[in-house]
Order: sequence, then structure tokens, then C-alpha cells
Amino acid sequence: MNRREFGRLAAAGTALALAGKCAWAADWATTLANARGQNIYFHAWGGDPKINDFITWVGGLALDRYGITLTHVKLASTADAVSRVLSEKAAGRNTDGAVDLIWINGENFAAMKGQDLLFGPFAEGLPNWSLVDVSGKPATATDFTLPTLGYESPWALAQLVFEYDTARLAEPPKSLADLSDWAQSNPGRFTYPQPPDYLGLTFLKQALYGLLADTTILQSPAGANYSAAVKPLWAYLDTLHPNLWRQAKAFPANEPALGQLLADAETDISFAFNPGRASAEIAAGNLANTVRTYVLDGGTIGNASFVAIPFNAKHAGAQVVANLILAPEVQAHAQDPATLGFQTVLSIAALTPADQARFDALDLGLATLSPADLGPVLLEPHANWMTQISDDWVKRYGTAP
Amino acid sequence: MPVLLLVPILAGLLGAIWVAFDLAQGGNLVALRDLASWTGLPAALRLSLVTGLVATALSLCLTLLITATLLCSPAFAAVRRLLPPLLAMPHAAAALGMAFLLAPSGWIARILSPWATGWSQPPDLQILNDPWGMALTIGLTTKELPFLLLMTLAALPQCDAHKRMQLAATLGYGRVAGFWLTVTPVLYSQLRMPVYAVLAYAMTNVDMAMILGPTLPPTLAVQTARWMTDPDLSHRSLSAAAALAQLAATLVGFAGWIAAEHLATALRRCTIFRGLRLRKLDAPFRAVAMLGGLTVFALLVASLCGLTLWSVAGPWPFPGALPRSLTLTAWVRAAPGLASSTQTTALIASLSTGLALIFTFAALQAEFRIKARPLSAVWLYLPLILPQICFLPGIEHLLLAFDATGGIASVTATHLVFVLPYVWLGLAAPFRSWDARIATIAATLGASPTRIFWRLRLPMLLTPLLTAAAIGVAVSVGQYLPTLLIGGGRVTTLTTEALALASGGNRRLTAAYALLQSMVPALAFALAIAMPRFIVLRRKAGGQM
Amino acid sequence: MKKGLHIIDLKVKLHGHTIVALSTTVEPGEVLTIMGPSGSGKSTLLAALTGTLDPAFALTGRIILDDADISKRPPQARQIGLLFQDDLLFPHMTVGENLAFALPATVRPRALRLTRIEQALFGMDLDGFGRRNPATLSGGQRSRVALARCLISDPKALLLDEPFSRLDADLRDQIRNLTFNHAKARDLPVLLVTHDPADAVAAGGRILSPLGQNVRI
Repeated sequence: MNRREFGRLAAAGTALALAGKCAWAADWATTLANARGQNIYFHAWGGDPKINDFITWVGGLALDRYGITLTHVKLASTADAVSRVLSEKAAGRNTDGAVDLIWINGENFAAMKGQDLLFGPFAEGLPNWSLVDVSGKPATATDFTLPTLGYESPWALAQLVFEYDTARLAEPPKSLADLSDWAQSNPGRFTYPQPPDYLGLTFLKQALYGLLADTTILQSPAGANYSAAVKPLWAYLDTLHPNLWRQAKAFPANEPALGQLLADAETDISFAFNPGRASAEIAAGNLANTVRTYVLDGGTIGNASFVAIPFNAKHAGAQVVANLILAPEVQAHAQDPATLGFQTVLSIAALTPADQARFDALDLGLATLSPADLGPVLLEPHANWMTQISDDWVKRYGTAP
Repeated sequence: MPVLLLVPILAGLLGAIWVAFDLAQGGNLVALRDLASWTGLPAALRLSLVTGLVATALSLCLTLLITATLLCSPAFAAVRRLLPPLLAMPHAAAALGMAFLLAPSGWIARILSPWATGWSQPPDLQILNDPWGMALTIGLTTKELPFLLLMTLAALPQCDAHKRMQLAATLGYGRVAGFWLTVTPVLYSQLRMPVYAVLAYAMTNVDMAMILGPTLPPTLAVQTARWMTDPDLSHRSLSAAAALAQLAATLVGFAGWIAAEHLATALRRCTIFRGLRLRKLDAPFRAVAMLGGLTVFALLVASLCGLTLWSVAGPWPFPGALPRSLTLTAWVRAAPGLASSTQTTALIASLSTGLALIFTFAALQAEFRIKARPLSAVWLYLPLILPQICFLPGIEHLLLAFDATGGIASVTATHLVFVLPYVWLGLAAPFRSWDARIATIAATLGASPTRIFWRLRLPMLLTPLLTAAAIGVAVSVGQYLPTLLIGGGRVTTLTTEALALASGGNRRLTAAYALLQSMVPALAFALAIAMPRFIVLRRKAGGQM
Repeated sequence: MKKGLHIIDLKVKLHGHTIVALSTTVEPGEVLTIMGPSGSGKSTLLAALTGTLDPAFALTGRIILDDADISKRPPQARQIGLLFQDDLLFPHMTVGENLAFALPATVRPRALRLTRIEQALFGMDLDGFGRRNPATLSGGQRSRVALARCLISDPKALLLDEPFSRLDADLRDQIRNLTFNHAKARDLPVLLVTHDPADAVAAGGRILSPLGQNVRI
């Protein structure tokens, strides 16, 4: 029996287990017992001290409540951890891998799943899964149109928001057409990270949503319709690029570099995949307190961050930590702008009144939009669109003329 | 013994070949074809070669000019004292510091704005990331100059520079010409390996090119790293193919460099034959040396100051010349866990450097004892030439196959692969140029080879030994990917912490950690530069009694 | 056999070409001069005698020193003292340490070692120089330290590799006499290698080429 077949069987098994709640409770008790005393290595991007502090805080809870020692392995890039698991798989190390839990989403998840590097399905077996708002927040079970099938557990929602400094710009452009016009009259004051950077691609996706007549085609793989569909995108970029920062002869590398440009007043409009980033940066003194956020008319792209467990990890402890991150008090703590400002994946309505009160009590911060003001969430297009667009972007714009 | 180290190097290389040609699936050329079809390839190759060659040539010429003009002057002593902090600054930190200095929103622009420039917001000027790679070339030149100066300082005592220049002067040669015609040939024979290391680094570096280099396209090394960290795992074979292309390009670069060496020798011979005294060159070259040297040092010192200031800066919007307030937040954030990561960093650095010293001395001593032909150490340099990111999976696979669990031992062993070439290049030339008649004399006085080694050779090579050790420590401290990948995240050093935080782009934290990261190597360099002089001073004091 | 340095059918070849061919005895107190232009094999002969010959050379014959065959011994066990044209004092050691390095370890205790070093310096008119840095000495002083260092190691024969050629005329006579007198006083066989006829004359003994022919001045 190969691993894939085993996975299917295991999925069926999980469904059966869910049916019989008693059996399931007993299973979880076993998991908890096995988890006690385990040292869990959580590989997660370490570029944000606030996130690092949050993981340390979760580690404290894990030790107090479950006797689990949580160690945060700080990564500069998630791909480094994927590399490690890939090497272990190639070397035949099937137990006691270096990575127990990994913060992941999108393409990294698709890649690890495709290479059979993940343990699961486990997410739907977590006791706190029942609180997750799967129907209201479809991004919690669909990662870049790929159903997660329980191979990763969501822990935070992110949405694209634009940032601008009210001291320099009174009324920001709220549609793609307006953005292009604004750039024409204010050349050199806007840019986006260079694809295939994740945030740079997100901007292209956002543009695609604004330019396509029929956006539903984005939810299935691109086919023969691709060239015709993306034509308006290239036309839009051709017009926009001469008015970008450095006339599009250089692009910032990633989200932090883009954010730094706004902080240094090199640009007037920026964007981030975290509605709470601006408030947090203002609080930290990195951004002026006149910076505000906004979303485009018609909504912006949103997705979820997940945790996954590699095939050779210490499963029990990793699952307990994944479940702990879904606990209402942890989710409320994460949504507090003073901590992270990440949107919860839970359904507020499903919580007890006491837990609901935790969320109501949160102060959003200076520049953060309320959940209502964030507007509709647009789903990530199918990964296949982005692979092609990314390749074509590099062909069209990746080499300076 | 060093032959043992061939194993991980071959494993790394084979790993890259394995992935590039997809040998697991029987082998094909898909990745190579994909690479060839990348429109940015010619420009990326050209950038890697040109920035690497030009930066190496510039830093070498400046080093020689500075040495020629300043040798035996008090200014040279001042240069010597300035070196340790500049050498210890990690490449990425130096690049960040320079970027902050030179950007249109950078420190220089802030100091001059708005009163002199009229800028209330930064102008849209492409100073960094320029398509010709000039910013990158300047950055590389600036960072490598102190290294070559240090290597020159270590090599000069073996060169009889004073006597040779005096002699040339009495024959009517100008200072620069005298240095070039009489000192450079023997000096360069000792500098050659360090220069090659600089060349290899300059052509393949990712740290500095990512910050200062062009992006459309980037240098080949940066693109290789991008493909390797691409979530799409199929890009890894493309990345491995790019790494092999990088290796080929680097070899071409080396061929070009060696051709230039021959050209320079021919030019020197021609000058000697014609008896040109070239006294008129002294004034302009002196000016170039002073100007170039001052620019480089000012750039590095200002970068260091800029980083230090950012690490304690409160809000600091453009065009303020200074932060509005100062805060220790970044340092306080860095404090927890600092002791343990500093300990781990120092432990791994001293272990890997110690082992590298032992291997190097053992190999050189064996070569000396059995009077074998000089060991060819070219393969030692492979780890410097191949992009680390493509080289490591092979080593990782090897270690996993041996069931090494990724503790400090595995990490140290991997660091050794990267530390050894630097220690070797720092020691091999001085070791070989050591006067063997000393050993003969000592043997006739009844001293055994062991005694000769410990009592004579080692102490007489103290300066290059300590220099090589300091460089080894700096190289070990700088290793990020080997520590992370081979350590499986179990081994936390100052650098793994610093780079993870740097990926978040927080200037204050990045600056604080870059400074912390510099401290261990700075200490090593300070010791390497101060200790031999201290010992000499003590002996001189003894002599006067 | 008796005391002295017996060089028996010593031949050194490089790629089949004979460079050194010598068969002679240097009596205790005798100075044998080997003369020849540079490149004639003088240094090769010295290397053969001290045991530091490069493996590229083929060596046959025997070297007997005071009844012991030292042909196969490593350099440090041959008890042959050597003086080069450069004094080659160890620059990182004081004058006293240079001598201590050469003094056999069997000389103990510490007080005796100190006395021996002081005596050696006194014998060279260098009393009180023990703590001096070699770099602070004059050329003549350095030569005398080198001689003292050589003699304190208690050699049974002395090889001199143009040891006086770097010195100016006055100093040269002085150091030459000093060296020969000390060697005679200790009854050491001395083998002098030089291209300077004046040295050969001053040595006052037989003069041979590296190939064993008599040389006339």
C-alpha cells in the first residue's frame, strides 16, 4: 500500500471516527497522552517580532496545559523548511523528522501535498474544528482553490488592504482605473513587489479581478481561454509601468521592502496582506500616525494561513498545538492589534458568550478597518492561473529593455 | 586528511547534478532547456561576470595603491586599527547600511534635504539596483577592500617590502612604480588565493546582490536562490541547472582573471625592460589611493553608524537628518535568548575554525615533511564557487544517509567545508614561504620535527595564523543556510536569528542583530591584529632592559 | 675507526647526473674546505651531511661520525652543527631563548642551564645579552650569537655554509678566527663550504671540489 492509498483510507477512517463521537473523544485523549512531554519544533517565518512573540506566548500555554515544549524555528523563507522535509523524504527518514509543525499556505502547501510530504488528514479531527467558520469563511478549507482535505489547519485570515498617508494624499484611488490615472498624475509614487513574489502576484490577481468581465473562470484551471483572458491585464500594466516607482526599472523584492518604501516616503500608496499591519507599524513608530488603510470597491483578495504536519513529524504534539491555536482565547489574542491583528478563522456566532465578549472587547487600532469595512473577500484564483501569469510577467517585464 | 573533506564537496556537487539532470527519472535536459529559454539569462550571466570581475579588480588595485602610498606611514597604522569592525560587519549588513546611506531616501539625502536639495520627498532616482550593477560593484569593492588589506598586512612581513622599495627608490624609481615592480610580484603570489576567494564571492554572492544589485534581471546567483526557494518544487531542477551554469560562468571568470594576470605580468616585464621610472605617476596615484581609500572607509564607517543609529531610532521620517527620538526597543527585543545563541555561535565558530586550522597545518606539514609537491587545493574552493543553496541539499542528503541528527556536530562539520578554504588561503602561502633553513638549523641543533613545528614554525607564523583564524570565525558566524538546513532548526545562532528577522524588513531589529552578529568576529579580528603586535612590543620592552 | 668525520664513497645524483662524489676524512680539529662556483653542488653536499636532502636526489655511501654511522639518522640525531651565511636567529625568541632552544634537554636543572647559557654568551663577549631581542643586535653580534647557539648544542662536527660572506672585511676576519678557534678548542672536525679563496686560505687546510678533486688557489 503506498502512501496515497493509505491517505485515502485514513480520510475514510477519520470520517467514521467523527461519526462516533465517543470513539473520537477517546482518540483525542490518547493523542493528548502521547503529546505530553514531546518537544515540538514549529517552523514558521521569523521575520516579524510580533509573530515571534505570539508563538512564544502559545508555547507557554502548550507547556502549562499539555506539557508540550514548543520551539519556534525562525525561518527567513518557508521554502527552507520544505527543503528539509524533502531531503528527509529522499533519504528515507520516516520518523523523527526535524519539522513537526509548519506555517504554510498556498503554493507551498500544494507542493508539499503533491510530494506526499504531509501527515493527515487531521484538521477535521481537532476538537476546536467545530468552531471554525467553514461556510462563512470558505478560505479556511480551500487554499488557492485546492481543498485542504484536512491536511492543514487554518489559524488566521488575511486580506489585501491598501495603505496611504493622509498627510500626503487626501483621497486614495479606490479602483484599478483610478489607480492608473492617479499614477499618471503622480508618477513614481506607487509600485508592487516583483513577481513571482507572493505579494506582487497578489497585486496581479487583484488587478485580474478588476479587469475580467467574468471572474468565475478564475476558480478553475486556465485553459485555452488564458491568452484572451489576460490580455486586459498586460494592457493595464503596459500603461501603468512607466508611471511606477523608478519607471518600473526596479521593483521592491517583497512585502517588507514595499512597506519600507512607504515608511521612507518613497511611495504614497502601498499594500499588505494584513489588515492590521499599518496600525501595528504606527504603534511601533515605523509609520507616521497619519497612515490609514482602505480596500478597493468590489473587495480584495483574502486567504488563510495554515499549519500543517510533515509525514515524519511527532504527530500527537503537533496536533495538540494546532488545536490550541484554534482555541477562542488564542484566536482573540491573535486578533488583538496589539498582538498581531490577524482576523480569526472562527465563527463568532458559534462561541460561548464569554468567548464572544473577548472579541468584542478588542480595540482595532488607529488604521485598521472594522470587519464590516473590509468589504467582500475575493477568493484566490486557481494556482494554475498564477503560474502562467507569473511566467509571462517574467518574460514580458523581467528583463529591462 | 583534507581528502576526507572532498566527500561532502562531491556530495554537494553530485546533488546539484542529480537534480539538474533529473537523474532520479533516468536523466533529461528539461531543466537545462528551461534555463536556456529564460530571457534574462544573457543579462544575468553578464552581470555576474562583470560586477564580480570589476569589483575584484577595483578592490585589488585600491589595496595595492593604498599599500604602496601609505606603507611605513602613521596613516597605515590607523588603517590597521580601523579594520576589525569593518571586516566583522556581515556582507548583508554592510549592503543594508550602504543602501540606507545612498538611496534617494537615504541618510545623505536626508542630511542635505530640504535645505540644499529642495526635496520634501525623496526623488525618483535609480541610485540602487541600477541595471548596470554599479551600486553592487561599489558595494562589493567596499566590502572586499578591508579583507584584501588584511591579507596584505599578513603577507607583507614575508615580502621585504621596505628594503625592496628603498632599493627601487635609490635607482630612481617612483614610489608606486617601485612598489609595483619590486614588491607586487612577491606580494601577489601570497595574495593570489585570497583574491581568488574574493573573485568567487563577488561573482556568486546573494546577500549583497539581493540588496544592491539590479532586479530586471538579477544576477544569476540571486535568480538561482529565487528558484530554489520557489514554492513550486519543479523549479528546483531549474535552480540546480542554474547553479551548474553559475559554476561554468565562474570558471570563465577565472579564466579571464588569469589572462589579466598574464597581461599584467607582461606589462610589468615590458616596463622593467624599458627602465621606465614613472615618477610622475606618484602624485596622481597618491590622489587616487587617498580618494578611493577615504571613500571606501567613509562609506563603511557611515554605514556602520547608520545601522547603529537605526538600531536605537524611534520615528525617523524623511527628510529628518536624525531620528525624532531614541529608543532601546530593538535591543530589548533582541535580548532574550541572546546568551544562548551567542554561546552556540561562538562554540561552532571556534570548533570549526580549530578543526580547519588542524587540517590545514596537518596537510601543509605533511607536504613539508615528505617534501611532496604542493598540494593542489583547487577543489577546496568549490564550496566558495557553487551557490550554497544548491550545494547544500547534497550534503544534507549525505548527512541524513549517515543518520546524523543535525546537532551541533553536523552543523560544525558543514561549517568546516566553508571555513576550511578561507583558513587554507590565509595560511598556505605564508607557511610555504617560511624560510626552510630555519628548520634545517634547528634540526642540526637537535630539535625534532615536532619541536620545530611547535616552537619555531607556529610562533613565527602567528600573524597569518591568527588572521586565518579570525577569518574562519567570521565565515562560520556568517553561515545561515548550512546552520538552518543541516541543523534542522535545532541549532540557533545569532545569524539564524538575524536573517529570520531581516526577512521581515524591520530596519531597527535588523540593525541591532547585524551589530550583535558582528561582535564575535570583531573580537576575533581585534585579537588577530593586536596580539602579534602586543607580543612584539613586549619583546622589544624586554630588549631594552 | 677513530674520531672524526668519515665521508665514505658519498655520491649524490640527480636524474643520473653526479653532483657530489666525495670520499675523505675530516680529522678532529681539521678544517676541510669545499670550494666551487655556485651551482656546483656545495649546498647539496651539506644537505646530504645534515640529512635534509630533497627526496628527488639519489644518495649512496656512508657518513661515520665518531665511530657511529649516521647516514640513516634523521637530522636532529646527527649531532652536526650548521652555520649559514645568514645567522637565522629565531626572531620570536630572545638571545637567551635562542641558546636555550639549542642546549640539550639533558642539561638540568634550570640553574645549570642558565649558567651554561651565560658561559656561552661570556665566551663570545656577549655577557648580559640574554634578554635582548635579536633584531636589536649588530651584524657581528648576531653572528656570534649564531655561533654560540651552534656550539651550545654540543655538536660533534661543524658545517659552515659560507658563514662569513655577508660580513664586512674587519668583522669577517674576527668572526672567522673566533669560529675556527672555538672549533679547534673543542677538537671538532670542520667542513667549510665557500666560493671565497680568502676563506679557504684562512682555513689553512685541504681544499676539495664537491666532486673530490684537489683545488689549487
